[in-house]
Amino acid sequence: MKIATASGKGGTGKTTVSVALAQAFETPVCLIDCDVEEPNSAFFLKPDPESRQDVTVPVPKINADVCTACGACSAFCVFNAIAVAGESAMVFPELCHSCGGCMKICPEHAITEEPVQVGEINRGTSGRITALEGRLKIGSAMAPPLIRAAKKAAPPGVPVLIDAPPGTSCPMITAVSGSDFVVLVTEPTPFGLNDLILAVETVRTLGIPFGVIINRSDSGDDRVVRYCEKEAIRILLQIPESRKIAEAYSRGDGLLSAEPELADRFREIIRNIESETER
Amino acid sequence: MKELVVISGKGGTGKTSVTGSFAALAENAVLADCDVDAADLHLLLKPEIKEEHEFFSGFQAKIRPEECTGCGQCHELCRFDAVIRDKGSVRIDPFSCEGCGVCVEFCPANAIDFPEALCGKWFKSETRHGPMVHAKLGIAAENSGKLVATVRDQAKKAAEAAGSDWLIIDGPPGTGCPVIASITGTGAVLVVTEPTLSGEHDLLRVLQLTQHFKIPAFICVNKWDINPEMTARIENAAGSAGATVLERIPYDASITRAQIQGQSIVEFNDGAAATAIQTLWETLCQKMK
Repeated sequence: MKIATASGKGGTGKTTVSVALAQAFETPVCLIDCDVEEPNSAFFLKPDPESRQDVTVPVPKINADVCTACGACSAFCVFNAIAVAGESAMVFPELCHSCGGCMKICPEHAITEEPVQVGEINRGTSGRITALEGRLKIGSAMAPPLIRAAKKAAPPGVPVLIDAPPGTSCPMITAVSGSDFVVLVTEPTPFGLNDLILAVETVRTLGIPFGVIINRSDSGDDRVVRYCEKEAIRILLQIPESRKIAEAYSRGDGLLSAEPELADRFREIIRNIESETER
Repeated sequence: MKELVVISGKGGTGKTSVTGSFAALAENAVLADCDVDAADLHLLLKPEIKEEHEFFSGFQAKIRPEECTGCGQCHELCRFDAVIRDKGSVRIDPFSCEGCGVCVEFCPANAIDFPEALCGKWFKSETRHGPMVHAKLGIAAENSGKLVATVRDQAKKAAEAAGSDWLIIDGPPGTGCPVIASITGTGAVLVVTEPTLSGEHDLLRVLQLTQHFKIPAFICVNKWDINPEMTARIENAAGSAGATVLERIPYDASITRAQIQGQSIVEFNDGAAATAIQTLWETLCQKMK
Protein backbone atom coordinates (compact mmCIF):
# COMPACT_ATOMS: atom_id res chain seq x y z
CA MET A 1 0.00 0.00 0.00
CA LYS A 2 1.22 3.46 -0.91
CA ILE A 3 -0.24 6.64 0.64
CA ALA A 4 0.97 10.07 -0.46
CA THR A 5 0.45 13.28 1.50
CA ALA A 6 0.19 16.38 -0.69
CA SER A 7 -1.27 19.87 -0.53
CA GLY A 8 -0.97 22.41 -3.31
CA LYS A 9 -0.24 25.17 -0.83
CA GLY A 10 2.97 24.92 1.17
CA GLY A 11 3.10 25.03 4.95
CA THR A 12 -0.31 23.46 5.53
CA GLY A 13 1.08 20.48 7.47
CA LYS A 14 2.05 17.77 4.96
CA THR A 15 5.11 16.72 6.91
CA THR A 16 3.21 16.88 10.22
CA VAL A 17 0.57 14.52 8.78
CA SER A 18 3.05 12.15 7.05
CA VAL A 19 5.06 11.77 10.24
CA ALA A 20 1.93 11.24 12.36
CA LEU A 21 0.72 8.56 9.90
CA ALA A 22 4.11 6.83 10.03
CA GLN A 23 4.19 6.92 13.83
CA ALA A 24 0.62 5.64 14.05
CA PHE A 25 1.51 2.48 12.10
CA GLU A 26 1.77 -0.59 14.32
CA THR A 27 3.79 -2.54 11.76
CA PRO A 28 6.99 -1.69 9.87
CA VAL A 29 6.46 1.20 7.45
CA CYS A 30 8.59 3.33 5.15
CA LEU A 31 8.31 7.10 4.94
CA ILE A 32 9.85 8.72 1.86
CA ASP A 33 10.43 12.46 2.07
CA CYS A 34 9.91 13.47 -1.58
CA ASP A 35 9.94 17.21 -0.81
CA VAL A 36 13.50 17.06 -2.10
CA GLU A 37 13.90 20.83 -2.42
CA GLU A 38 13.22 21.32 1.29
CA PRO A 39 13.11 17.96 3.12
CA ASN A 40 11.98 18.35 6.75
CA SER A 41 10.64 15.00 7.96
CA ALA A 42 13.94 14.03 9.62
CA PHE A 43 13.48 16.81 12.18
CA PHE A 44 10.44 14.99 13.52
CA LEU A 45 11.47 11.35 12.96
CA LYS A 46 15.04 11.85 14.18
CA PRO A 47 16.15 8.66 12.40
CA ASP A 48 19.41 6.87 13.20
CA PRO A 49 21.35 7.42 9.99
CA GLU A 50 22.24 4.25 8.07
CA SER A 51 23.46 5.22 4.64
CA ARG A 52 23.80 7.97 2.10
CA GLN A 53 23.68 7.42 -1.62
CA ASP A 54 24.45 9.92 -4.38
CA VAL A 55 21.86 10.20 -7.12
CA THR A 56 23.15 11.06 -10.56
CA VAL A 57 21.62 11.57 -13.98
CA PRO A 58 23.44 10.78 -17.24
CA VAL A 59 24.47 13.89 -19.17
CA PRO A 60 26.13 13.89 -22.61
CA LYS A 61 29.84 14.25 -23.03
CA ILE A 62 31.19 15.28 -26.41
CA ASN A 63 34.34 13.77 -27.84
CA ALA A 64 35.67 16.93 -29.50
CA ASP A 65 38.19 14.96 -31.59
CA VAL A 66 35.38 13.11 -33.34
CA CYS A 67 32.67 15.81 -33.35
CA THR A 68 32.26 17.48 -36.76
CA ALA A 69 29.99 20.24 -35.40
CA CYS A 70 27.23 19.06 -37.78
CA GLY A 71 24.57 20.27 -35.35
CA ALA A 72 22.36 17.16 -35.43
CA CYS A 73 22.38 16.92 -31.61
CA SER A 74 21.47 20.54 -30.99
CA ALA A 75 18.75 20.39 -33.65
CA PHE A 76 17.29 17.34 -31.90
CA CYS A 77 17.47 18.57 -28.30
CA VAL A 78 14.15 20.23 -27.38
CA PHE A 79 15.61 21.37 -24.05
CA ASN A 80 18.34 23.50 -25.68
CA ALA A 81 20.92 21.61 -23.65
CA ILE A 82 23.41 21.29 -26.53
CA ALA A 83 24.68 24.07 -28.79
CA VAL A 84 27.31 24.03 -31.49
CA ALA A 85 30.05 26.55 -30.80
CA GLY A 86 33.00 26.75 -33.17
CA GLU A 87 34.32 23.32 -34.07
CA SER A 88 32.49 21.26 -31.49
CA ALA A 89 29.20 20.89 -29.64
CA MET A 90 28.86 22.15 -26.09
CA VAL A 91 26.64 20.78 -23.30
CA PHE A 92 24.62 22.75 -20.72
CA PRO A 93 24.14 20.04 -18.09
CA GLU A 94 21.62 22.02 -16.00
CA LEU A 95 19.16 22.06 -18.94
CA CYS A 96 19.61 18.38 -19.85
CA HIS A 97 16.71 15.99 -19.13
CA SER A 98 18.89 12.89 -19.75
CA CYS A 99 16.73 11.48 -22.54
CA GLY A 100 19.77 10.08 -24.39
CA GLY A 101 18.50 11.31 -27.77
CA CYS A 102 21.64 13.25 -28.74
CA MET A 103 23.79 10.21 -28.18
CA LYS A 104 21.60 8.12 -30.47
CA ILE A 105 21.30 10.74 -33.18
CA CYS A 106 24.98 11.70 -33.47
CA PRO A 107 26.17 10.36 -36.86
CA GLU A 108 29.81 10.33 -35.69
CA HIS A 109 29.15 8.49 -32.40
CA ALA A 110 30.94 11.37 -30.71
CA ILE A 111 28.66 11.46 -27.67
CA THR A 112 28.88 9.32 -24.56
CA GLU A 113 27.28 9.98 -21.18
CA GLU A 114 28.74 10.86 -17.83
CA PRO A 115 26.97 10.96 -14.47
CA VAL A 116 26.15 14.34 -12.92
CA GLN A 117 24.95 14.47 -9.33
CA VAL A 118 21.48 15.96 -8.73
CA GLY A 119 21.16 15.08 -5.07
CA GLU A 120 21.34 12.31 -2.52
CA ILE A 121 19.16 9.82 -0.69
CA ASN A 122 19.59 9.44 3.05
CA ARG A 123 18.36 6.29 4.73
CA GLY A 124 17.79 5.81 8.44
CA THR A 125 15.50 4.12 10.93
CA SER A 126 13.31 5.45 13.67
CA GLY A 127 11.71 2.54 15.57
CA ARG A 128 9.51 0.68 13.09
CA ILE A 129 9.92 3.40 10.50
CA THR A 130 12.40 3.22 7.63
CA ALA A 131 13.06 6.87 6.79
CA LEU A 132 14.19 7.76 3.27
CA GLU A 133 14.94 11.34 2.36
CA GLY A 134 15.71 12.77 -1.06
CA ARG A 135 17.80 15.93 -0.87
CA LEU A 136 18.27 18.04 -4.01
CA LYS A 137 21.69 19.54 -4.59
CA ILE A 138 21.58 23.33 -4.29
CA GLY A 139 21.46 24.88 -7.77
CA SER A 140 20.00 21.75 -9.36
CA ALA A 141 16.62 22.19 -11.04
CA MET A 142 16.04 18.48 -11.62
CA ALA A 143 13.80 17.34 -8.77
CA PRO A 144 11.79 14.65 -10.64
CA PRO A 145 14.68 12.18 -11.30
CA LEU A 146 15.68 12.39 -7.64
CA ILE A 147 12.07 11.81 -6.52
CA ARG A 148 11.86 8.77 -8.82
CA ALA A 149 15.10 7.41 -7.32
CA ALA A 150 13.90 7.98 -3.75
CA LYS A 151 10.65 6.12 -4.48
CA LYS A 152 12.57 3.20 -6.00
CA ALA A 153 14.73 2.93 -2.85
CA ALA A 154 11.80 1.83 -0.65
CA PRO A 155 12.23 -1.62 0.93
CA PRO A 156 9.96 -4.22 -0.71
CA GLY A 157 6.82 -5.53 0.95
CA VAL A 158 6.35 -2.66 3.40
CA PRO A 159 3.59 -0.01 3.31
CA VAL A 160 4.97 3.24 1.93
CA LEU A 161 4.10 6.81 2.94
CA ILE A 162 5.16 9.63 0.64
CA ASP A 163 5.64 13.19 1.87
CA ALA A 164 5.10 15.10 -1.40
CA PRO A 165 6.40 18.55 -2.31
CA PRO A 166 3.96 21.49 -2.46
CA GLY A 167 2.51 22.70 -5.74
CA THR A 168 0.77 20.80 -8.51
CA SER A 169 3.44 20.49 -11.21
CA CYS A 170 6.12 17.94 -12.14
CA PRO A 171 7.67 17.30 -8.69
CA MET A 172 4.28 16.85 -6.99
CA ILE A 173 2.97 14.62 -9.80
CA THR A 174 6.14 12.51 -9.81
CA ALA A 175 5.82 12.09 -6.03
CA VAL A 176 2.13 11.08 -5.88
CA SER A 177 1.83 9.04 -9.11
CA GLY A 178 1.50 5.33 -8.46
CA SER A 179 -0.02 5.90 -5.01
CA ASP A 180 -3.15 4.05 -3.90
CA PHE A 181 -4.47 7.03 -1.95
CA VAL A 182 -3.62 10.70 -1.50
CA VAL A 183 -4.20 12.63 1.72
CA LEU A 184 -4.58 16.32 0.86
CA VAL A 185 -3.75 18.65 3.74
CA THR A 186 -5.21 22.13 3.71
CA GLU A 187 -6.26 25.02 5.94
CA PRO A 188 -9.64 26.78 6.12
CA THR A 189 -8.58 30.02 4.42
CA PRO A 190 -8.99 31.51 0.93
CA PHE A 191 -5.39 30.52 0.05
CA GLY A 192 -5.91 27.04 1.48
CA LEU A 193 -9.12 26.48 -0.50
CA ASN A 194 -7.75 27.90 -3.77
CA ASP A 195 -4.76 25.57 -3.66
CA LEU A 196 -6.82 22.61 -2.43
CA ILE A 197 -9.04 22.91 -5.51
CA LEU A 198 -5.94 22.79 -7.76
CA ALA A 199 -4.64 19.75 -5.87
CA VAL A 200 -8.04 18.01 -6.08
CA GLU A 201 -8.20 18.61 -9.85
CA THR A 202 -4.68 17.21 -10.16
CA VAL A 203 -5.29 13.98 -8.21
CA ARG A 204 -8.63 13.51 -9.99
CA THR A 205 -6.81 13.80 -13.33
CA LEU A 206 -4.32 11.20 -12.11
CA GLY A 207 -7.25 9.00 -11.08
CA ILE A 208 -6.14 8.41 -7.49
CA PRO A 209 -8.67 8.21 -4.60
CA PHE A 210 -8.15 10.90 -1.98
CA GLY A 211 -9.42 12.53 1.21
CA VAL A 212 -8.80 15.82 2.98
CA ILE A 213 -7.32 16.76 6.35
CA ILE A 214 -8.10 20.32 7.48
CA ASN A 215 -5.29 21.62 9.65
CA ARG A 216 -5.76 24.60 12.03
CA SER A 217 -9.42 23.90 11.34
CA ASP A 218 -10.77 26.75 13.49
CA SER A 219 -8.38 29.45 12.23
CA GLY A 220 -10.44 30.63 9.25
CA ASP A 221 -13.99 29.96 8.12
CA ASP A 222 -16.07 27.05 6.82
CA ARG A 223 -15.31 27.47 3.11
CA VAL A 224 -13.21 24.28 2.85
CA VAL A 225 -15.88 22.20 4.61
CA ARG A 226 -18.56 23.61 2.28
CA TYR A 227 -16.41 22.88 -0.77
CA CYS A 228 -15.78 19.29 0.35
CA GLU A 229 -19.50 18.75 0.99
CA LYS A 230 -20.40 20.13 -2.42
CA GLU A 231 -17.79 17.97 -4.15
CA ALA A 232 -18.56 14.89 -2.00
CA ILE A 233 -14.97 14.78 -0.80
CA ARG A 234 -14.31 12.88 2.40
CA ILE A 235 -12.88 14.92 5.28
CA LEU A 236 -10.61 12.48 7.11
CA LEU A 237 -9.73 14.68 10.07
CA GLN A 238 -9.86 18.24 11.36
CA ILE A 239 -6.97 19.37 13.56
CA PRO A 240 -7.76 22.51 15.58
CA GLU A 241 -5.35 25.44 15.77
CA SER A 242 -3.21 25.08 18.87
CA ARG A 243 -0.29 27.02 20.21
CA LYS A 244 0.89 23.80 21.86
CA ILE A 245 1.14 22.05 18.48
CA ALA A 246 2.79 25.10 16.86
CA GLU A 247 5.41 25.36 19.60
CA ALA A 248 6.11 21.62 19.51
CA TYR A 249 6.51 21.86 15.72
CA SER A 250 8.96 24.75 16.07
CA ARG A 251 11.19 22.52 18.26
CA GLY A 252 10.94 19.52 15.94
CA ASP A 253 8.39 17.62 18.04
CA GLY A 254 5.68 16.01 15.96
CA LEU A 255 1.92 16.20 16.27
CA LEU A 256 1.59 12.93 18.19
CA SER A 257 4.05 14.01 20.87
CA ALA A 258 2.01 17.22 21.39
CA GLU A 259 -1.38 15.48 21.13
CA PRO A 260 -0.86 11.72 21.76
CA GLU A 261 -4.61 11.06 21.78
CA LEU A 262 -4.69 11.80 18.01
CA ALA A 263 -2.78 8.54 17.35
CA ASP A 264 -6.05 6.58 17.42
CA ARG A 265 -7.58 8.91 14.84
CA PHE A 266 -4.61 8.36 12.52
CA ARG A 267 -4.86 4.57 13.02
CA GLU A 268 -8.49 4.77 12.01
CA ILE A 269 -7.57 6.75 8.88
CA ILE A 270 -4.96 4.12 7.98
CA ARG A 271 -7.45 1.26 8.54
CA ASN A 272 -10.04 2.98 6.36
CA ILE A 273 -7.57 3.59 3.57
CA GLU A 274 -6.35 -0.01 3.81
CA SER A 275 -9.82 -1.47 3.52
CA GLU A 276 -10.69 0.93 0.71
CA THR A 277 -7.58 0.19 -1.37
CA GLU A 278 -7.88 -3.59 -0.90
CA ARG A 279 -11.31 -3.54 -2.44
CA MET B 1 13.29 50.16 -11.75
CA LYS B 2 13.97 47.98 -8.72
CA GLU B 3 13.02 44.32 -8.72
CA LEU B 4 12.31 42.47 -5.46
CA VAL B 5 11.38 38.77 -5.29
CA VAL B 6 9.73 37.45 -2.12
CA ILE B 7 10.65 33.80 -1.49
CA SER B 8 10.75 31.53 1.55
CA GLY B 9 12.30 28.11 1.09
CA LYS B 10 9.59 26.54 3.24
CA GLY B 11 6.02 27.02 2.04
CA GLY B 12 3.31 28.72 4.06
CA THR B 13 5.53 31.16 5.92
CA GLY B 14 3.62 34.23 4.71
CA LYS B 15 5.18 35.21 1.35
CA THR B 16 1.88 36.18 -0.23
CA SER B 17 0.61 38.08 2.84
CA VAL B 18 3.84 40.13 2.84
CA THR B 19 3.83 40.64 -0.95
CA GLY B 20 0.18 41.72 -0.89
CA SER B 21 1.02 44.31 1.76
CA PHE B 22 3.99 45.59 -0.24
CA ALA B 23 1.66 45.97 -3.22
CA ALA B 24 -0.53 48.26 -1.11
CA LEU B 25 2.43 50.21 0.33
CA ALA B 26 4.53 50.66 -2.82
CA GLU B 27 3.90 53.58 -5.09
CA ASN B 28 4.14 53.07 -8.82
CA ALA B 29 4.74 49.32 -8.78
CA VAL B 30 4.02 46.39 -11.09
CA LEU B 31 3.11 43.16 -9.31
CA ALA B 32 3.75 39.60 -10.45
CA ASP B 33 2.85 36.18 -9.08
CA CYS B 34 5.57 33.69 -9.99
CA ASP B 35 4.16 30.93 -7.77
CA VAL B 36 2.34 29.57 -10.82
CA ASP B 37 1.78 26.13 -9.25
CA ALA B 38 -0.32 27.47 -6.40
CA ALA B 39 -0.91 31.14 -7.15
CA ASP B 40 -2.70 33.02 -4.37
CA LEU B 41 -1.77 36.70 -4.75
CA HIS B 42 -4.86 37.29 -6.93
CA LEU B 43 -7.04 36.49 -3.91
CA LEU B 44 -5.74 39.65 -2.21
CA LEU B 45 -5.33 41.89 -5.26
CA LYS B 46 -8.50 40.89 -7.16
CA PRO B 47 -7.04 41.54 -10.61
CA GLU B 48 -9.29 42.57 -13.46
CA ILE B 49 -7.95 40.60 -16.41
CA LYS B 50 -7.13 42.78 -19.43
CA GLU B 51 -5.25 40.27 -21.58
CA GLU B 52 -5.25 36.49 -21.58
CA HIS B 53 -2.56 34.47 -23.37
CA GLU B 54 -2.22 30.75 -23.90
CA PHE B 55 1.12 29.34 -22.85
CA PHE B 56 2.54 26.59 -25.01
CA SER B 57 5.76 24.99 -23.94
CA GLY B 58 7.43 21.76 -24.79
CA PHE B 59 5.86 18.85 -26.61
CA GLN B 60 3.85 15.75 -25.94
CA ALA B 61 4.36 12.46 -27.77
CA LYS B 62 1.17 10.83 -29.09
CA ILE B 63 0.99 7.46 -30.84
CA ARG B 64 -1.31 7.09 -33.85
CA PRO B 65 -2.72 3.67 -32.95
CA GLU B 66 -3.77 2.79 -36.51
CA GLU B 67 -0.16 3.09 -37.71
CA CYS B 68 1.55 1.61 -34.66
CA THR B 69 2.96 -1.89 -35.33
CA GLY B 70 3.39 -2.59 -31.63
CA CYS B 71 7.13 -3.26 -32.08
CA GLY B 72 7.98 -1.76 -28.69
CA GLN B 73 10.99 0.28 -29.85
CA CYS B 74 9.57 3.39 -28.11
CA HIS B 75 9.17 1.40 -24.88
CA GLU B 76 12.82 0.33 -25.10
CA LEU B 77 14.08 3.85 -25.71
CA CYS B 78 11.98 5.90 -23.28
CA ARG B 79 13.92 6.73 -20.15
CA PHE B 80 10.90 8.15 -18.34
CA ASP B 81 8.79 4.98 -18.19
CA ALA B 82 6.19 6.91 -20.17
CA VAL B 83 5.44 4.20 -22.74
CA ILE B 84 2.92 1.72 -21.45
CA ARG B 85 2.58 -1.67 -23.18
CA ASP B 86 -0.74 -3.20 -22.49
CA LYS B 87 -1.91 -6.43 -24.21
CA GLY B 88 -0.19 -5.72 -27.52
CA SER B 89 -1.19 -2.06 -27.63
CA VAL B 90 1.24 0.73 -26.85
CA ARG B 91 0.29 4.12 -25.46
CA ILE B 92 2.01 7.11 -23.87
CA ASP B 93 1.27 8.22 -20.33
CA PRO B 94 0.99 12.00 -20.71
CA PHE B 95 1.93 12.61 -17.05
CA SER B 96 5.25 10.76 -17.39
CA CYS B 97 6.17 11.98 -20.90
CA GLU B 98 8.95 14.58 -20.73
CA GLY B 99 8.47 15.59 -24.36
CA CYS B 100 12.04 14.75 -25.37
CA GLY B 101 11.12 13.38 -28.81
CA VAL B 102 13.31 10.26 -28.72
CA CYS B 103 10.38 7.92 -29.42
CA VAL B 104 9.14 10.23 -32.20
CA GLU B 105 12.52 10.27 -33.95
CA PHE B 106 13.24 6.55 -33.71
CA CYS B 107 9.79 5.02 -34.28
CA PRO B 108 10.36 2.65 -37.24
CA ALA B 109 6.75 3.11 -38.40
CA ASN B 110 6.86 6.89 -38.02
CA ALA B 111 3.64 6.57 -36.03
CA ILE B 112 4.20 9.11 -33.26
CA ASP B 113 2.98 12.72 -33.38
CA PHE B 114 4.71 15.44 -31.39
CA PRO B 115 2.35 18.41 -30.92
CA GLU B 116 3.23 21.41 -28.79
CA ALA B 117 1.79 21.16 -25.28
CA LEU B 118 -0.61 23.75 -23.85
CA CYS B 119 0.73 24.21 -20.33
CA GLY B 120 -1.38 27.04 -18.99
CA LYS B 121 -2.36 30.66 -19.36
CA TRP B 122 -0.85 33.93 -18.36
CA PHE B 123 -2.65 37.19 -17.76
CA LYS B 124 -2.05 40.92 -17.80
CA SER B 125 -4.36 42.59 -15.32
CA GLU B 126 -5.14 45.77 -13.46
CA THR B 127 -5.49 45.89 -9.67
CA ARG B 128 -6.24 48.65 -7.18
CA HIS B 129 -2.47 48.78 -6.52
CA GLY B 130 -1.27 48.78 -10.13
CA PRO B 131 -0.73 46.41 -13.05
CA MET B 132 -0.26 42.70 -12.34
CA VAL B 133 1.06 39.79 -14.39
CA HIS B 134 0.05 36.31 -13.27
CA ALA B 135 -0.59 32.82 -14.59
CA LYS B 136 -2.45 29.61 -14.14
CA LEU B 137 -0.55 26.41 -14.79
CA GLY B 138 -2.68 23.77 -16.51
CA ILE B 139 -3.77 20.87 -14.31
CA ALA B 140 -0.99 18.27 -14.25
CA ALA B 141 0.98 20.36 -16.76
CA GLU B 142 4.75 20.58 -16.95
CA ASN B 143 7.22 23.38 -17.49
CA SER B 144 6.25 25.57 -14.56
CA GLY B 145 9.81 27.00 -14.67
CA LYS B 146 9.23 28.30 -18.19
CA LEU B 147 5.85 29.76 -17.26
CA VAL B 148 7.54 31.50 -14.31
CA ALA B 149 10.12 32.96 -16.68
CA THR B 150 7.34 34.16 -19.00
CA VAL B 151 5.43 35.87 -16.16
CA ARG B 152 8.58 37.56 -14.95
CA ASP B 153 9.61 38.72 -18.45
CA GLN B 154 6.15 40.09 -19.18
CA ALA B 155 6.00 41.86 -15.81
CA LYS B 156 9.39 43.39 -16.45
CA LYS B 157 8.26 44.62 -19.87
CA ALA B 158 5.09 46.08 -18.35
CA ALA B 159 7.10 47.82 -15.62
CA GLU B 160 9.56 49.26 -18.12
CA ALA B 161 6.79 50.42 -20.44
CA ALA B 162 4.95 52.11 -17.57
CA GLY B 163 8.13 53.67 -16.13
CA SER B 164 7.45 51.94 -12.80
CA ASP B 165 9.71 52.33 -9.80
CA TRP B 166 9.16 48.80 -8.54
CA LEU B 167 8.59 45.27 -9.77
CA ILE B 168 7.43 43.22 -6.79
CA ILE B 169 7.25 39.47 -7.30
CA ASP B 170 5.57 36.81 -5.18
CA GLY B 171 7.87 33.81 -5.59
CA PRO B 172 7.43 30.05 -5.22
CA PRO B 173 8.61 27.89 -2.30
CA GLY B 174 11.53 25.47 -2.57
CA THR B 175 14.97 25.72 -4.20
CA GLY B 176 14.31 24.06 -7.55
CA CYS B 177 13.39 25.01 -11.10
CA PRO B 178 10.59 27.59 -10.42
CA VAL B 179 12.63 29.37 -7.73
CA ILE B 180 15.71 29.50 -9.94
CA ALA B 181 13.57 30.94 -12.76
CA SER B 182 12.14 33.55 -10.35
CA ILE B 183 15.37 34.88 -8.91
CA THR B 184 18.20 34.65 -11.45
CA GLY B 185 19.54 38.12 -12.14
CA THR B 186 17.12 39.93 -9.82
CA GLY B 187 18.00 43.00 -7.72
CA ALA B 188 17.30 41.45 -4.35
CA VAL B 189 15.26 38.77 -2.64
CA LEU B 190 13.36 38.96 0.63
CA VAL B 191 13.15 35.59 2.35
CA VAL B 192 10.15 35.28 4.67
CA THR B 193 10.76 32.55 7.21
CA GLU B 194 9.30 31.29 10.48
CA PRO B 195 10.96 30.38 13.80
CA THR B 196 10.83 26.59 13.42
CA LEU B 197 13.50 23.98 12.75
CA SER B 198 12.02 23.49 9.28
CA GLY B 199 11.93 27.25 8.67
CA GLU B 200 15.59 27.57 9.66
CA HIS B 201 16.71 24.59 7.58
CA ASP B 202 14.80 25.71 4.49
CA LEU B 203 15.98 29.32 4.86
CA LEU B 204 19.62 28.24 4.98
CA ARG B 205 19.19 26.09 1.87
CA VAL B 206 17.58 28.94 -0.06
CA LEU B 207 20.34 31.32 1.11
CA GLN B 208 22.87 28.88 -0.38
CA LEU B 209 20.95 29.26 -3.61
CA THR B 210 20.96 33.08 -3.48
CA GLN B 211 24.69 33.00 -2.77
CA HIS B 212 25.21 30.61 -5.66
CA PHE B 213 23.56 33.19 -7.93
CA LYS B 214 25.17 36.13 -6.08
CA ILE B 215 21.85 37.78 -5.27
CA PRO B 216 21.59 40.07 -2.22
CA ALA B 217 19.20 38.54 0.34
CA PHE B 218 17.14 40.15 3.08
CA ILE B 219 15.31 38.07 5.64
CA CYS B 220 12.41 38.62 7.99
CA VAL B 221 11.03 36.19 10.57
CA ASN B 222 7.25 35.91 10.52
CA LYS B 223 5.34 34.80 13.67
CA TRP B 224 8.62 35.40 15.49
CA ASP B 225 7.00 35.23 18.96
CA ILE B 226 5.99 31.55 18.47
CA ASN B 227 9.59 30.78 19.45
CA PRO B 228 11.77 33.82 20.33
CA GLU B 229 14.89 31.71 20.95
CA MET B 230 14.60 30.11 17.52
CA THR B 231 14.04 33.55 15.98
CA ALA B 232 17.34 34.79 17.45
CA ARG B 233 19.11 31.63 16.29
CA ILE B 234 17.75 31.98 12.75
CA GLU B 235 18.72 35.65 12.55
CA ASN B 236 22.27 34.79 13.63
CA ALA B 237 22.53 31.95 11.14
CA ALA B 238 21.14 34.12 8.33
CA GLY B 239 23.61 36.89 9.17
CA SER B 240 26.48 34.38 9.03
CA ALA B 241 25.18 33.16 5.68
CA GLY B 242 25.55 36.68 4.28
CA ALA B 243 21.91 37.82 4.46
CA THR B 244 20.72 41.13 5.91
CA VAL B 245 18.31 40.62 8.80
CA LEU B 246 15.32 42.97 8.76
CA GLU B 247 12.10 43.32 10.75
CA ARG B 248 10.39 40.66 12.87
CA ILE B 249 6.64 40.16 12.24
CA PRO B 250 4.59 39.02 15.26
CA TYR B 251 1.95 36.28 15.12
CA ASP B 252 -1.34 38.03 14.38
CA ALA B 253 -4.60 36.14 13.82
CA SER B 254 -6.02 39.14 11.95
CA ILE B 255 -3.84 38.25 8.93
CA THR B 256 -6.24 35.36 8.26
CA ARG B 257 -9.26 37.65 8.82
CA ALA B 258 -7.81 40.12 6.30
CA GLN B 259 -7.29 37.28 3.83
CA ILE B 260 -10.92 36.25 4.22
CA GLN B 261 -11.90 39.86 3.38
CA GLY B 262 -9.62 39.72 0.31
CA GLN B 263 -7.33 42.39 1.73
CA SER B 264 -3.71 42.70 2.71
CA ILE B 265 -3.13 43.17 6.43
CA VAL B 266 -1.90 46.77 6.01
CA GLU B 267 -5.22 47.68 4.39
CA PHE B 268 -7.23 45.73 6.97
CA ASN B 269 -5.97 47.21 10.24
CA ASP B 270 -3.01 48.87 11.93
CA GLY B 271 -2.30 46.06 14.36
CA ALA B 272 1.03 44.53 15.35
CA ALA B 273 1.69 42.61 12.12
CA ALA B 274 0.58 45.48 9.87
CA THR B 275 2.88 47.91 11.71
CA ALA B 276 5.83 45.52 11.44
CA ILE B 277 5.27 44.99 7.72
CA GLN B 278 5.03 48.74 7.18
CA THR B 279 8.40 49.21 8.92
CA LEU B 280 9.81 46.28 6.92
CA TRP B 281 8.78 47.98 3.67
CA GLU B 282 10.26 51.32 4.69
CA THR B 283 13.53 49.65 5.66
CA LEU B 284 13.66 47.77 2.35
CA CYS B 285 13.11 51.03 0.44
CA GLN B 286 16.05 52.56 2.31
CA LYS B 287 18.31 49.53 1.76
CA MET B 288 17.48 49.20 -1.93
CA LYS B 289 17.89 52.87 -2.75
